[in-house]
Amino acid sequence: MTQLPTSTERKMGLVIDLDTCVGCHACVISCKGWNTENYGAPLSDQDAYGANPSGTFLNRVHSYEVQPAEGHAQLIHFPKSCLHCEDAPCVTVCPTGASYKRVEDGIVLVNESDCIGCGLCAWSCPYGARELDQAEGVMKKCTLCVDRIYNENLPEVDRVPSCVRTCPAGARHFGDLGDPDSDVSKLVADRGGMDLMPEMGTKPVNKYLPPRPKDTVEDQIDILAPLLAPVAEEPKGFLGWLDKTLEKL
Amino acid sequence: MHPAPSVIIFTTLSGLGFGLLVFLGLGFPAVSGWIAFVFFAIAYALAVGGLMASTFHLGHPERAWKAFTQWKTSWLSREGWCAVLALIFMGLYALGLVFLDQKWSLLGLIGALFSLATVFTTSMIYTQLKTIPRWNMNLTPVMFLSFSLAGGALLAGQTSVAIPLLLIAALVQILYWRKGDQAFASSGTDLGTATGLGARGSVRAFEPPHTGTNYLLREFVYVVGRKHAEKLRIISFVLAFVLPVLLLVLPFNHVFALLAVASHLAGVATSRWLFFAQAEHVVGLYYGKR
Repeated sequence: MTQLPTSTERKMGLVIDLDTCVGCHACVISCKGWNTENYGAPLSDQDAYGANPSGTFLNRVHSYEVQPAEGHAQLIHFPKSCLHCEDAPCVTVCPTGASYKRVEDGIVLVNESDCIGCGLCAWSCPYGARELDQAEGVMKKCTLCVDRIYNENLPEVDRVPSCVRTCPAGARHFGDLGDPDSDVSKLVADRGGMDLMPEMGTKPVNKYLPPRPKDTVEDQIDILAPLLAPVAEEPKGFLGWLDKTLEKL
Repeated sequence: MHPAPSVIIFTTLSGLGFGLLVFLGLGFPAVSGWIAFVFFAIAYALAVGGLMASTFHLGHPERAWKAFTQWKTSWLSREGWCAVLALIFMGLYALGLVFLDQKWSLLGLIGALFSLATVFTTSMIYTQLKTIPRWNMNLTPVMFLSFSLAGGALLAGQTSVAIPLLLIAALVQILYWRKGDQAFASSGTDLGTATGLGARGSVRAFEPPHTGTNYLLREFVYVVGRKHAEKLRIISFVLAFVLPVLLLVLPFNHVFALLAVASHLAGVATSRWLFFAQAEHVVGLYYGKR
């Protein structure tokens, strides 16, 4: 049913550190790699080797420039995938019950055999987290790698979402955000984790850690610089006489 | 938003068809026999034709029946129920009028109510979306209902009612455009709230996630044709309201009435195209677009 659960036992989700993300897009590739050959329909590409390639992705990395009122602009890489909202509008709009939020862990999933591909859930999502697969005609979205995180056939270290496992910078964290004592919850509390578009009332589970303040640039960057200043600016002695004489000519 | 022809055809034709069913259900005009058959045939062709068109944009139309299951939360599901119930009640009512010379007024009244409810639930599919501020307004259902009733009165040949209803719909249309033009700005959502970085300075989209396009950009960031929006608004307004009212004011003539209906239909279709093409989804912000 597309009625949202009043509460979930756990709130599994991601914490994304905007201070650490280097914008390498490795999470995008590993997400596509894992999810195109596991849970549900593959993530198709159209015209992959042609002039206008396009395809289904569950995770994409944007880059933004923030220009403060004073000081230097800052470049911030910004991975974005499903935020597994507590008040997920994509679930309640679904006419068939294909979209649902799990009571046990809060993961928002699509039952692809019930999806009619009407696209209304993608319309209702402010974050662009859902994409209608052009080959399969069903809605695709981040599953939080539901087929990895409980998979006992995988070594324990791999039982996290593919994007988290891959991130070379350690900018992605996975855990239970409903448990105030979990590592991810502590991280959010320490770093002032934030919601995207809180005014939409979706109550996202995933949190973003804001970039730490940049170091301030002091007047003197290099302590050796004063020692490297030119020593003799006015020529003296024979050269000084020569300089003056030549000026007079 | 991408103005998909299937959805424009659906909302335009169904709106008109269910509008006509409202008037037929209430007994305006009081028809029976073969004249009733023609009226109901037109109404069903429009309403059912529109509903059929709406399934064209589905990824899996063969599973469309599953859309009846989630009426507790989904406006799309409720719309399906209202449409089917309206068509069943009106079908029985029509059966009495056409073949049995019986007027079962209660059935007609129930059918009329479900016809109105169908138009209302259609409009709520759009109105409920906070992600599209231009649609997320009280005026959206008012516009859909006023258009449907004006068109229905026009098709039912109820000139004395059609003129005031057309004028009301015209007023609603103007208010909708005026308020809609400010909706995005007054929604409070911008790239600052979208990224959570707004408090740190002005945020600019520096690099998109990919060099090509994607489903989100095709579906939600439709900018082609927006530059002609002002001209199209004038064209749609003249066709949907001004011409039909003028033609109705003239001495009655079947050719004029037919022209009024054709003009209204073309005008409403243009207005619906603008309804989609001008609607801006907040996800465009992430791409530095509107």
